[in-house]
Amino acid sequence: MKAYFLKKILELVPTFFGITIIIFIVIHLAPGNPVNSMGTFNPNISQESLEHMKKLYHLNDPLYIQYLEWLHSFSNLDFGKSLVDGVGVTAKIAQRLPVTIGINVIVLVLSLIISIPIGIISALKKNSSTDKFFTLFVFSGYAMPSFWIALLLMILLSVKWHILPLSGLHSFNIKPGSFNYYIDLSKHLIIPVFIGVFGSLAGFSRYIRKEVIEVLEKDFIKMLYLRKISKKRILYIHALKNAMLPLVTILGLSIPALIGGSVIIESIFAIPGMGQLFYYSAMARDYPTIMGILTISTILTLLGNLIADISYALIDPRIKYS
Amino acid sequence: MKRDFLFYISIFFIVIVALSAIFAGYITPYDPYSINPNEILQPPSFHHLFGTDRIGRDLFTRMIFAGRISIEVSFIAVGISTVLGVFVGAISGYYGGIVDILLMRFTDVMLTFPVFFLILAVVVVLGPNILNVMFVIGLTSWMGIARIVRAEVLKIKNMGYVQAAKLLGKNDFYILTRHIIPNSLSPVIVYATLGVGAAILAESGLSFLGLGVQPPTASWGSILSEGKDVIEIGWWMSFFPGIVIFFTVLSFTVIGERFK
Repeated sequence: MKAYFLKKILELVPTFFGITIIIFIVIHLAPGNPVNSMGTFNPNISQESLEHMKKLYHLNDPLYIQYLEWLHSFSNLDFGKSLVDGVGVTAKIAQRLPVTIGINVIVLVLSLIISIPIGIISALKKNSSTDKFFTLFVFSGYAMPSFWIALLLMILLSVKWHILPLSGLHSFNIKPGSFNYYIDLSKHLIIPVFIGVFGSLAGFSRYIRKEVIEVLEKDFIKMLYLRKISKKRILYIHALKNAMLPLVTILGLSIPALIGGSVIIESIFAIPGMGQLFYYSAMARDYPTIMGILTISTILTLLGNLIADISYALIDPRIKYS
Repeated sequence: MKRDFLFYISIFFIVIVALSAIFAGYITPYDPYSINPNEILQPPSFHHLFGTDRIGRDLFTRMIFAGRISIEVSFIAVGISTVLGVFVGAISGYYGGIVDILLMRFTDVMLTFPVFFLILAVVVVLGPNILNVMFVIGLTSWMGIARIVRAEVLKIKNMGYVQAAKLLGKNDFYILTRHIIPNSLSPVIVYATLGVGAAILAESGLSFLGLGVQPPTASWGSILSEGKDVIEIGWWMSFFPGIVIFFTVLSFTVIGERFK
């Protein structure tokens, strides 16, 4: 078992380097750099000061040197300073990361709570009209552009009917820490969380449906029927347990999509999370911040997958033999 | 027939969208680019089925012309990802060994990556235009196809007819292109169909952020993006693009799942 965990952790190392190298090349081989664009927008800037800036940010060094330098600072958890406002990238991200993680954890938990029963019911009543209704429902969630439903809900619930706040996370005049503060926060989160959950239902529930259908056709389940064990017992104790195991892996795999989706949701709702920061930084070609966010989100997904693999191995004893 | 009701509706919808995109110029009396100051932000009516935008252009006309762009972008993106996925999957499954390990490792890397971030970064860095959008979406969505093709190839490569071809002295290229790839294509079609829906969503997301196709060209996503600025006085500007994207993606999803 220990060897298995060790192997999984070691596997992360090349993956990490692979991803950071890809990102680094993509970002740096592009035509134009932030210093040059400073020159285009400000005709009064002198060639000398442009050169000075380039030197300051090591933009003249060969790419691999820049990567090694980046790795070196990364080992100190230092992603450099933002080209926009000079604030340390690590501090910027650290301030916004909890917001994004918090929202995505809520979305994940709620999605599971809703999609597990949907998947099971769909599987038990395969091809019935209930199954078809749920299928259409979860597909609709997937196919609906998140920004579109966000706009419609904002206009209806916030602008027209004044039921929910329009954007951001807090109202202006609320004292942090009070009971009302949390009520206020939850109200702000309702629409964004709803959109996240609605969009992720399809992935989970279709997967659970498939797993339950497969497990119910396995020989050991048929044996249990022959042994006259009650249907309920077969379903709850034997079938579901086996069908739920692979769900852990799907959870790990769904993290990238969630983090990616936060760019759009956070931009629309003016939520001060990592997605919004990424959008602003991308528009400003703020390389250090872009690089920092991409790296952090890579680490997050890798950790998510690692946790998924480990918990899968812990709950499914068959894993260690494979 | 009754069982596949949704499936047939989806096919019907896609055909309508495709036909209207192909024959766009014959369907509507308006020009998608001509500005009409007398008809700014008209609500939907008999003359303007979807209303008009804030410089008086007919929204229905803009939508069917934008459909060309949205469909073109997503089909080419899916074409790129399918070719790439089939290539990686076939090579990986056929040769096995170190090639397989490296390629699959790379596939895993791409799968664990928040791809939308990468798409956004690349589009910003290379400049937002149709070509970049197509390529970036295509280059970041081949992983599912690669995995499924690899699994198929592993099943096929030990079959009698492949062994026979080998004994006849056919080279790897011949065996791959004549026997292995054609016989592993059916799941690819499923994934490609689902991929079209995903690509439409990705493109409209980018255009919504202002990073997709650039004006005066319009895609469904960019019209929606224009609509968000006037949503309080002209709901139709955001409503119709959204509903068309929604039904198109839903149709592709239903069709793809039907063949799974």
